[in-house]
Amino acid sequence: MSLYGKGLRPLSIATAAVLTGALVMAFLYAPREAEQGNIQRIFYIHVPLAIVALCGFVAGGVFAIQHLRTRDRSHDLRSYVAIHMSLILAVGALVTGSIWARGFWGHWWLWDEPTLVSFLIVFLLYATYQPLRFSIEDPERQARYASVFAVVAGAFVPLNFAAVRMATERTHPRTLTAGGMPGEVWLTFGVALVGMALLFVTLWKFEMAAKHSRFELKALRRRLTGDAGPAAGRSAAPQVTA
Amino acid sequence: MSTGEKYLVAAYLVFLALVLVYVAIMVARLGRLERDLAELRERAAEREAAEERAPEPVA
Repeated sequence: MSLYGKGLRPLSIATAAVLTGALVMAFLYAPREAEQGNIQRIFYIHVPLAIVALCGFVAGGVFAIQHLRTRDRSHDLRSYVAIHMSLILAVGALVTGSIWARGFWGHWWLWDEPTLVSFLIVFLLYATYQPLRFSIEDPERQARYASVFAVVAGAFVPLNFAAVRMATERTHPRTLTAGGMPGEVWLTFGVALVGMALLFVTLWKFEMAAKHSRFELKALRRRLTGDAGPAAGRSAAPQVTA
Repeated sequence: MSTGEKYLVAAYLVFLALVLVYVAIMVARLGRLERDLAELRERAAEREAAEERAPEPVA
């Protein structure tokens, strides 16, 4: 078992337990919001999905800095997987947000709403990460350019977030800074956020373990047969030797 | 079920589907890894058997 496979079982169990707890709390413990009704409960998955996705993008930038400093390709792999996972969570945040918007505002999307558009810009920015990697054949150059991208884009995320918070015209609710959120809502939100963060870490570790196992298998095949298996061709994923 | 509740269920189902699809992809990749590992084990066994069959070098 690779380093990343260690502790995966208890982590997976903790993730499942906390997420189930959050789900139960969201439906049975958190109060029904007076203005929005039950549709407000989407908040308990939509906001944690968005927060964890943005934090994951920043984490990808931090790993990329480590890669550029040390030239250790395993940091590039960590950055790649963090961005990959964050993109998936960002899709979840966009879709659940759209569903909420349709139910409450009557529109799937509002183009004049800074929070929505800025999140979409961040998402689209990171959507170019994979094509960027794929467009560079040399693995060394690919890793370096991708790291530079991850650092710049990672720095853009908090700047973009701060700019949106300062925007005066908005329709999107500012729930977390409103100050009027009841304790039950805060607690449920906190549990959901921890659950989502655990889900991110668990999936990140699973992905890292799978990639390392594949690299180790490839190395083993090379040692055993002198053949690295079917030619992989150009790949967007980092190739780290086991 | 009100319209708002239908949207609520849809949002949670989207999240569940995302997680399930990802887990299904991981399971498929694990299956591929296991198949590759089995193939390597087979090759290692064949190699060991061939080495055992090989005649002892004459001094």
